[in-house]
Parts: sequence; C-alpha cells; structure tokens
Amino acid sequence: MSGTKLTPVITEYWDDAKPWSIDSYRSHGGYSTLKQSLETDPDDVIATIKDSGLRGRGGAGFPTGMKWSFVPQNDGKPHYLVVNADESEPGACKDIPIMLANPHALIEGVIMTCHAIRAHHAFIYIRGEVPHPIRRVHQAVAEARAAGFIGKNILGTGIDLDVVVHGGAGAYICGEETALLDSLEGLRGQPRLKPPFPAVAGLYASPTVVNNVETITSVPYIIRNGVEWYRGFGTEKSPGFKVWAVSGHVRRPGIYEAPLGITMRELLDYAGGIREGHELKFWLPGGSSVPMLTADHLDTPLTYEDMVEAGSMLGTGTPMVFDETTSVVKAITRWLEFYKHESCGKCTPCREGTYWITGTLEKFQGGFGQEKEVDELVELCNQIMGRSFCALGDAAATPYPGALKYFRSEFTDALTQPPDDLFSPSATMVIPSPAGVAG
Amino acid sequence: MSISEQTLAESRELAGRYPKARSGIVPMLHLMQAEVGMVNSDVIEACAEILDISTAEVVAVATFYTMYRMRTEGGEHHIGVCVNTGCGLLGGDALYEALAVKLGVGHNETTPDGKFTLERIECQAACTHAPVLTVDWEFFDHSTIAEAMDVIDRLTAGEEVLPTRGPAVRGWRAAERTVAGLDDGLADEGGGVDELMLAGLKVAKAAESGVDGTVKK
Amino acid sequence: MSTTSHEATGSDTPTVKMITGTIDGTDVTVPEGTMIIRAAELMGVEVPRFCDHPLLDPVAACRACLVEVEGMPKPQPSCAVPLGDGMTVQTQLTSEVADTAQKGVMEFLLINHPLDCPVCDKGGECPLQNQAMSVGRPESRFTGQKREFPKPINVSSEILLDRERCVSCARCTRFAEQIAGDPFIALLERGAQQQVGTGEEPFDSYFSGNTIQICPVGALTSEEYRFRSRPFDLVSVPTTCEHCASGCSMRTDYRHENVMRRQSGDDPEVNEEWNCDKGRFAFPYLQLERLATPLVRENGQLRRASWPEALRIAADGLAAARGRTSVLTGGRLTMEDAYAYARFARVGLGTDDIDLRARAASDEETDFLSGEVAGSCGPVYRELESAPAVLLAALEPEEESPIIYLRLRKAARAGTKVFSLGPFASQGLEKMAGSLVECVPGDLATQLDQLDDETAAALSQPGAVILLGERAATEPGAFAAMSRLVQRTGAEWAWVPRRAGERGAIDAGCLPGLLPGGRPLTDETARQEIASLWGIDPDELPATAGRSLAATVAQIHADAKAASEAGEEEEFSPELAALLVAGVEPDDIPNADQFLTALDSVPFLVSLETRPSEVTARADVVLPVAVVTEKSGAFVTWEGRRRPFGTVMPQPTSFTDAVVLALLSDYMDLATPPREVDDLRTELGNLGAWQGSRVSPADVPAGSAQQPGSGEAVLASWRYLLDLGTMQEGEPHLAGTRKPAVVRISAATAAANGVEAGSRVRVSTDTGAITLPVELTEMAENVVWLPLNSPDSQVLVSLGALPGDTVRLERGDV
Repeated sequence: MSGTKLTPVITEYWDDAKPWSIDSYRSHGGYSTLKQSLETDPDDVIATIKDSGLRGRGGAGFPTGMKWSFVPQNDGKPHYLVVNADESEPGACKDIPIMLANPHALIEGVIMTCHAIRAHHAFIYIRGEVPHPIRRVHQAVAEARAAGFIGKNILGTGIDLDVVVHGGAGAYICGEETALLDSLEGLRGQPRLKPPFPAVAGLYASPTVVNNVETITSVPYIIRNGVEWYRGFGTEKSPGFKVWAVSGHVRRPGIYEAPLGITMRELLDYAGGIREGHELKFWLPGGSSVPMLTADHLDTPLTYEDMVEAGSMLGTGTPMVFDETTSVVKAITRWLEFYKHESCGKCTPCREGTYWITGTLEKFQGGFGQEKEVDELVELCNQIMGRSFCALGDAAATPYPGALKYFRSEFTDALTQPPDDLFSPSATMVIPSPAGVAG
Repeated sequence: MSISEQTLAESRELAGRYPKARSGIVPMLHLMQAEVGMVNSDVIEACAEILDISTAEVVAVATFYTMYRMRTEGGEHHIGVCVNTGCGLLGGDALYEALAVKLGVGHNETTPDGKFTLERIECQAACTHAPVLTVDWEFFDHSTIAEAMDVIDRLTAGEEVLPTRGPAVRGWRAAERTVAGLDDGLADEGGGVDELMLAGLKVAKAAESGVDGTVKK
Repeated sequence: MSTTSHEATGSDTPTVKMITGTIDGTDVTVPEGTMIIRAAELMGVEVPRFCDHPLLDPVAACRACLVEVEGMPKPQPSCAVPLGDGMTVQTQLTSEVADTAQKGVMEFLLINHPLDCPVCDKGGECPLQNQAMSVGRPESRFTGQKREFPKPINVSSEILLDRERCVSCARCTRFAEQIAGDPFIALLERGAQQQVGTGEEPFDSYFSGNTIQICPVGALTSEEYRFRSRPFDLVSVPTTCEHCASGCSMRTDYRHENVMRRQSGDDPEVNEEWNCDKGRFAFPYLQLERLATPLVRENGQLRRASWPEALRIAADGLAAARGRTSVLTGGRLTMEDAYAYARFARVGLGTDDIDLRARAASDEETDFLSGEVAGSCGPVYRELESAPAVLLAALEPEEESPIIYLRLRKAARAGTKVFSLGPFASQGLEKMAGSLVECVPGDLATQLDQLDDETAAALSQPGAVILLGERAATEPGAFAAMSRLVQRTGAEWAWVPRRAGERGAIDAGCLPGLLPGGRPLTDETARQEIASLWGIDPDELPATAGRSLAATVAQIHADAKAASEAGEEEEFSPELAALLVAGVEPDDIPNADQFLTALDSVPFLVSLETRPSEVTARADVVLPVAVVTEKSGAFVTWEGRRRPFGTVMPQPTSFTDAVVLALLSDYMDLATPPREVDDLRTELGNLGAWQGSRVSPADVPAGSAQQPGSGEAVLASWRYLLDLGTMQEGEPHLAGTRKPAVVRISAATAAANGVEAGSRVRVSTDTGAITLPVELTEMAENVVWLPLNSPDSQVLVSLGALPGDTVRLERGDV
C-alpha cells in the first residue's frame, strides 16, 4: 500500500452539505485568523509565505513569497492582485473544483495576499466557459463582503479591499500571466514583452501579483497553521500539499489531495489503478504542456525538481493517464490542434509552426504521412522551442518530441495506416460505444 | 440601435466595476450577446461608444475570444463537446458524432429551428469527468451517448434538464448573462461537489477510519 | 521666435550614459537603452527584422531578429533587448544558434505567404522577398495548404489590404495607434487566422499611407499606385512636400514623364519617417491639364501665342503700367521664385504693391509678419517634442499642419501638455490628450489676454511654446495679445502658416513695406543694402509701403467706379493699371466675387500659371510656368527652416516663375536679374537676415466676439486637410477618405434654433446658404462650425463670410 498518505486540507470538508458556503468554511476555521493576519506587518506575511516554500501551482512553480517580494513598496502606485483562474490547460482540472467546492478559502487567501502586497484591489479572472464556478466565486465574494471581510475598513483594521470577479471569454493563452493582464485590461489576450515584469508594471502598468487559484487557496491554511506545519508536508524544495486531479484510464479518476513527493504509483493506487484489464502506456504529470512519461517513471516523486530530472515537469500537477488502447499519434494530434487553435497569433514560430505541424499530423491521422516528416516535425518543434514569444509555443513544441522518444514506431506505422485502424477508437473510450459502430 | 436601455445600463455598470472602464469589454460583450444572440454591428458600436474606443478595437477583442458568436446568431441552447485528447479519445469524439447526426448540424452550426448550436470545444477543466458534454456551459460530466441523446430530447420537449454539476439549464443567453457577471441567484443550486471530487477525501477518511480528516502527516 | 538663428542646445542636454557591449566579437559603445538590433546596425551588422521599426514600440513578434546573448538560455529578440554594459552578443554572422533560429523563422514566415511576388507592388523592394532570396531555402519543405483570404479588401477608399501576404508584424496597427492616434485598423481573430482588419468604420486616418510604406511585405497597397509600376523601373528623387508649411522630406518616384508615387522621406528633425496622405497621394494634379503655351487675348478671346509674342505683349503692358502695377504671388511659390517676384516688383515694376497672401489677411498681420516673422527662426520640431506645454491659438495642427500634429502627439504621449484656444475640442486635440480653452471666433485676443492662471503657469515653464495659426489674421488684436502673453509667460512662439510657400515668400519680401530678409522698406540702411544688391539707386525703390491684396482689389474697384463716372472723352488714368498674378486660387480669397470683378476690370492682367484657372481665363497674357516637380527650389517650414529640393523631371515643360520674370525683364530692357535657383538662393542667402530695428507692430486693441441675436450664431470654420483644394484634384481614392462635412453646434444652440440630433442645419448669410447634417458638439453657445472648403460646404464662396462673422442658423430640412 501507499507510503504517502492523502492529506485533505483544501478538500477536507468538501463532503459538507454546502462546503462552498461561508458558514461551512467558518465552521472549519475559515476566516478565524483573518483579523490577526491583517494586523500582522505585511512584510511578515510575505516572510511567512517565503519561509513556507509555497510554489506557484499554475505550472511554473515559481516561489510565491519571492514573487510577492518583488512588488516595490511605497511607490505611490496602486497595487493589484490578480488570481489566475483561467484553468484551460488540457489535463488541468483542479482549480474549477476548488472554486466550486471551496471558494471561501480562495477569497480568504485573496484578502491575506492583498494585505501582504499592499493591494486594495483584487481581480479573480475565471475562464468564461464555466458559469457555475463563476456563480460560486461571486457569491463567496458577496458573502465575505456581507461579513465585513471585503470592503472598507475590514474588521476594523483600517484596510480597504475590493474584489472583482471577472469572467473570460475563451482563450487558453489568457492563462499566461501577461496575456491575462492584457485581457483584463480589455485588450486581446496576447502576452506582453518582459521586462517590465508584472510585479513592477502589471495591471494598468501598476505593480501586480498574478497567482494561480490553488496557490492563493493554500495561503490561509499556511497562515493559520504556520510554516512548520506546512513544511511538514512535501520535500525540501517542493514543500506542502497539493490538489492532484487524476484523469484518464484509471478506475477512480478524481481529486486526491496529498503532499508533493507522492509518486505516480501511489496516486494510481489511490485512483484504483489502470482500468480493468488494461495497462499503463504513458502519463503526463501536469497537463499537455509537459513531456509524457511511462511506467518507468512511476516511482519518481512528484516534485518540481524530480519531474525535471525525469525529463518532464510537474506542471499543474494533474496527472493524465492513458492505457495501451490509446493511439499516441492521435493524442498528440489533438493536443497540437489545441495549441494551433489557442495560439494567439502574435509570434511567428507559434502561429505558423502550430499551423504546419498540425497539418502534418493530420496527414498522419489519415495514414498518408511521408517518412521524412517524422523527423522533420522534430526540427519544426525545435524551430519553435525557445524561439516563440511565450511559453505557449514551447508547450506546443513539447508533446511531439516527447512522444517520439518513447513511441517512434507508432508514427512510422501511421505513414501507411491510419491510427484509427491500429487503435480502435471504441477501445479507448470509457463510455459505451455507439450501437452499430464497429470497434 | 437595437441594444435595450437596460442592457446598456447594465453594461455601464459592468464597466464601472473596474478602475478603467475598458476592462469591462469582455463582460459587456457577453451581456450584449445575451440580448442580441451574437456580436453584431449593434453590439460592436454600443461597446465602442460606451468605452470611447474604435469599433476596430472592439472587433479586435471580440474575435480573439471563442465564446463570442460573430455575426451569426447562437441557438437557444449551446451544446459543447470536449474533443481534446482527454475527453475526445475517451468518448468525446463519439458523443460529438452522435450529436452531429442527431441535430443534423456540424461544428459551430445552429439547427434550422434555432434550438441548438453545436460546438467542438476545448478542454473544460473537467478531465477527471471525461468525456464532458456541456449544455449552456453547464457540466454534463462523464456523459454517455444515450444520456446526451436524452438531454437533447428533453430540451426539445421543453423539460427541465439538470447538469451533473450546476443548476438546471436555462438557455445559452441566460448563461451568457451569468458569465458577464450578473447575479442569477443560482450559486447554491446543483450541488457541484460530486463523487469524483470527493474521491481522495473518501479514501483518506476511510484510512483514518472515523478520525476526522484534519491533516496529520 | 527670435530673429537670431536657432542654435543647438548643447549645454542643457542631459548627459547620456554610454555603455559598451560586444557584438560578434567587436566592442560597440552606444547610449544606454539602445536595442541590440540598432547597436548592430551602427557597426554595420544587419540583423533581419520585420516587426521592428525604430519609431514604434517594440513588440518582438516576428522573431526574425533572434540573436544569441551570452548567459541567456534562449535566443533573444534583438529588437527588444537593450545592449547591456559588458553584454556579449552574437548575431547570425557568428552564432549557429542565431542563424538557425532566424532561418527557422524565415521558413515559418514563408509557409503561408503567397508566391505572387511577380504581381505584387512590393516586389523588388520587399524586405521579406529580399530576406527569402538571401537566406531562404531554395525549395520549401512545406507541402500543406496555404491560408487563403479574399484579396484584396479596401480598408479605406485608398488603402488596400491583402491578408494573404500579411506576416502579422503589426507595424501598421502600431502606427495607427501609437503614431497617428487613429486605431481604426487592428489585428483581428487569432492564431493562424490573425489578420489586420477594420471595425464598422474604415481606416479613417490622414496618415494611412504610411502603413503602406512601413509594411515589410506587400499586404498594404494603395489604389493610386497598385499595379502601376515596378520599383526598379522608377527613378527616385528626394523632394520637399509642397502641400503645407510642415515641410516634409519626401521621395518622389517617377517613370517616363509621370510621377508614379510619393513616399515619406526620412528626416528626424522634421517629419521623422512619416507624412500625411495629402503629401503622399495628392500629386496627380501635377499631371492634369497643363498650360502648354503662352496665351494672349485678342478680340476678347485668349489664343495661343509664341513665347516672344506673349513676352512682348506682357512686357509692353507692364512697362506702360510701371509704378501702377500690383503683384499677387499666392502662397505656393518656392522661396527663390518668391524672391524673384519681390525683386521684379520693386525693380521691374517700380511698385511695392505685393502680397503673398491669397487668403484672409489684415494690416495688423502685415505688420506682425514684417516685424516679427520675416527672416526669423523659431522653435523647431524637437523643441515642440521637449516642450512642457504648448498652446495652440487659431490652429488645428492635424488639419492645417499635420506633422506638427504628429510631433505634438508624440510629445503628449511623453507628457507634454497641449492647450488649444478654439470653439470646441477637435478630434486632433483629443488625440493629443489636449485641453480646450474655449474661445469663440473674434474673441482670441481677449482670451489670450485673459488666459487662466493654470494655463499661463504651464506656459511659464521653460521651453513652453505658443503656436499661432494663420487664422489669427481674422482675429482683431490677436498678434499684439500674443506678444503680451509671451511677455507674461516667457514662452517661445511661432507663427504657423498653412501653405508651403508663405514663410519663404515673407523671408523673400513679398509683402508691402517689406524687403527681403525682413528689411523694412522705410529703413535707410535696409534700402541701401537692397539697392546695392539689386544694382539700383536707393531712390529707385518705392518710397512708401504698397498695397496688400485687399487694398489692391479695393483700388481697382475704386478706379473702375471713377472710370465709369468719368466722361467718355476724358482720358482716365487709373491708380492701378496692371496686375501680375501668380498661383492664386480666387475661391481662397474672401469676397472672391469682388476679386474676380477686379480681375475683369483691371486694364492689364498678366497671369503666370501652371493650369487653366479663373485667373488665366481673365488674363490678357498667360505665361505657363513649371510645376513643383519641374524645378528645384526651397520651401521654408513654419519653423523658418529651409527645405531645398531638386528637380524631379529632367525635361520640364515650362520655365520657372523666376526665369519668366527674367525674360520679362529682358523684354522690358531692364538689367537681367538672376534667374537660376542657385543664384537666387545665394543672393538671398548672402543678404542674410535683417539685424537692424524693425517696425513695431501697432498695439491693436483686443477684439471680442460678436453677439449674435436670435436665430444667429458666430461663424467658426477652418479647412479640413483633405478638401476641395485644387492640388488634390485627380485622386478620387484620396478624396474618398475626406471627412464628411457637418455643421457643429452645441445641444443648447440646437434646441434654441429648433434643431434636433439627426436633422440638417441651414447656415446662411445675405450671400447664400449651406445646409448640412448637424453634429451636436460640446462647444460654446451660439457658435456654428462648418468646414471651410469641403464638398457642400464652401464657406467663403457660399456665405461670403469669415470666421467671427455672424450668420443665420435654422433647421435645414423643413
């Protein structure tokens, strides 16, 4: 059995009747230390988060406290906190559940973070395609406002804070923090040149911290329970717990909260293992933008550093698992189609590269690729990787070379035979096949 | 101009939520689209006027985001099927095919009766619940083909249809108002915390065998 | 403005920190903040680029300029990364990484680019084509389907867009937003479908043509030039724009006998790399029906004549009218031609009746131009850019001097505060984020005197500038009031005429009482200097100041009246017996009817013109002269900066004005004056600016606005940049981008006169009426504005009124 225990913290009371309500959250200690936190020197709050070692949960894993500390103080400009709730990365499905089930932890995190970075205005940028989480966060803000946690002179501390919930309109690129800021300013969500970095000139050219939902949601638990408690989870370089969302060909896909450093084998065990009668083919630790891994990597700790060591990245920490029925060619093609669709168009390598690669992969899909194209695609990926404006290009250039590394033969097979002939689509499905459609 | 006074007033209210009004354009477009059923010249001009920007700047924004229907009216209900790898291969492709046959329309097309618009959508951040169908952007998780057909039939019949996580669907335009940021009073409806979201908690609680689930390493 | 020449401000320039980095193994020292791509240029290394433009904010979008920077894991866009002190950079010349990255980007740029170079206007001068030819693969690896768009589409009546060719560099959209302030084109859609496009309105910008020039591919073309020529068939000549006093450096491209296109030149001191659409596209007029030969009047009809015959008749007629001739030069001459007129009038015709102003003018203005402007140098463009505050008085730069507008907009983006005295905040003012100081026409002098403390304080900062437009001539007391404001604030100032030739003609002495170089006619020293230069006795110069255009017209009418009152038998001798007219458009003159009847009744009329006109139709002798492309010369900008240019057409069809005047001198048995441009310029240059005392302008009391009665309003008006001007003829696509004519009144004025939004308004005088759609505007009460010379709105002709006059106002669609 697993050596690493599940540690429900954010998810601890999700089985309450209405865990999203302020009453439920407060009954579990929520907001209990808010006043105390707001009376703490902001620099001390930043120091606490720094010391906790909390790293950004949006994918890049940047140390959160350090990010906050980059915000210049006494610069006379307004400061902003922007919560990146634009969860759109294929495979990532942890922030939406958090907002559905535990929006108040997010809100309390927002209040504490704003205090730390001396912001009086926060924005929660939620992707537009999810009305229910949008409702829940709106309601949580309203409840918190009614309780005096948001607004003027919060809890008599003299601190003012306004929180705006902002719905997006369908653009994966807005998960990139500077694109998100442009989008929030009412522009096309295209990434900005850096420097200046958002901490210096972000929203409305003012110092801004952009943090992921899970990151901010972790904050109140750290403040409430302390650095030592938090560092009791995880590893030295990747401390704490996180909300793992395991999807794909597993028996019990879902949310599993556990410390960083848990292995995929352990998570798979919690999720009931690969579905009955099948075996693991490949898995991705955190979204389609990280290179795929295989059964060889099941015992590698899921930490930021170990995943890099293994040739992948922790990413969003939402493992996708695929069994042997899955066509790698098809999986990769879908991801490339996604990146092509979501490429913002700003820079040449990403805009044209995804267009070209996707076109070639779609030929493979039909079983009529050319042999030279198998390696040519790697060259094209190399022409994007590290040359594009933002990480979306890098992400788009990631899946194919990673897949080729482990499953080259599938691509050469596809030169003559459509992947659908080699891998029955209905065998890959987890729902009953349509009647009359051959497998 | 065909945008109602109420919508214009609400649009100004949305723009007023931000330190700079232009930030309100994305919600405003949702709201006006909820009324008009698409982003057309009236919507573009109304946004440009309220925000004091050029219509080119409005179109630049509106065409960047996939949720806006440019100059073609959306149906009463929006039917989305995730066809990204995690959902598509696990059943989303088959769902989409079945729905396309049943509705007689393709991607981004609306049935002649104006009832449904079908769309192949990208990842909905519900991969744990694959394959995901959405109706008016509410989650119909782990949808089978039979369930999807049933949803269409019941919507056609005007019956109440409940998502797996979220309140009963009320039409695409109502959802657009919600996304715009206007309170629909439905936050407490439709549960939203299902078995899959509790999967880890249940295992943890079982392991702790009755002890409360607070964290101990 | 000062009468000493402008000196570079060396001492108070902030010191620039210099840094040294290494590019391709060579140290290069540049000002801190210099982008790598430009530092490389300085040492002769050209890094490929498409989105980069030195005058636009960097975007680093095209990725063509990637270079290797030591210590950075990824290749960096050299257009957006400043060279750092001690930084080591390797371009494609020395770095495999940079070379590979650049080639990869080139390959990507070409996959969706159509292979229509053979029919593309840009072919032969296309950065993408050049780059592809020099480093691109001989054969494409891409075998897929290229992106397709319908081509081309009009983004305005002049500008065409071919989206297939576009590489999404965003130069055009950045130009529109950052430089022109007209964000009517934008990048639409996203990803591979990203494309330039418009919204509900076309690309309405006076500067739209610049987007064609900076487009690094053939995505943007003009209706005017499309498919007309190949760049390698064109001969390019550097020129100066003849359309206004902004003084743009330009490049004129011709083929055979025709100008095919004009582009902006590159002059950081003046127009940087931009010009307006009038300068760019309004040149077909040069090739419209020209006067081919001299004409003489015989039995009441004009007929063709040989040069000797026409010169003989003209010379005899003018000689007979010596001392009784008036010279009207118009505002379009080169400085050298103007100087030839100034000299010919005084020496050849024995008259000081000379006026360059074919527009509303005043004696007060004559004094001001003679005493303060002639021969002076004022603040220059760079000083506008660095000014803390600029006050515009009777001037709409976007309409009347577009490069001032561009420079002020650039300044405003960097913090310059712009104020404008006018009846309403124009679009141009809003785009400069300027503040309106409301001023009703007629009230300018009073407003200048009563300028609020806040604005005055802004103008009191060192380097602040007041720009006074030529419309100040219709504002009683404005020049004196400006002088008082200058004393109050210490601000620099400049006078901004509209036409390209006015400043040069003033310097050349084409005003009554004013000799060349700002010399007063009445000053003994000045007379001696000029007389000695011209080889005459000072006493031969006219003794007293002559007539302005208005006085000339009045005199001719008085003569005609006297003649009609005199008996048939009496020998009547008019005070004015002849007129010599060059390049004057009667419709530009207030009371054009009276001007035309004066032309009809003056005993002898000689016209030097390029094209048939209402003046040539009334002339006794018509002598054809060269158009601007057929001669060299110089225009003088509003700053006082000389802008010399060379001849474009190697074989002119006519003589210059100066040559014709020299020929006339010959026929009049006078000493031959200089006739070549170089000689004229040298003579004027050697003369230099007058250092002696000047006539102090009279202290004219400040005027105030008229008080209109019920159903009346004070008229406000100025010209749109693109209007019915004769030099815009022959270019319908440009005309298609003109702003529509509207009447502007305030909502309250509208209500008081029964006008509603959407209705039309009739503006009338005893002379006539103009009826146009109303545009309710936040502006002063009881003021009505309409464009001065637009289709359906020719104020001078139709209303016979000037700004400041009272007109009647009523609902027009009843």
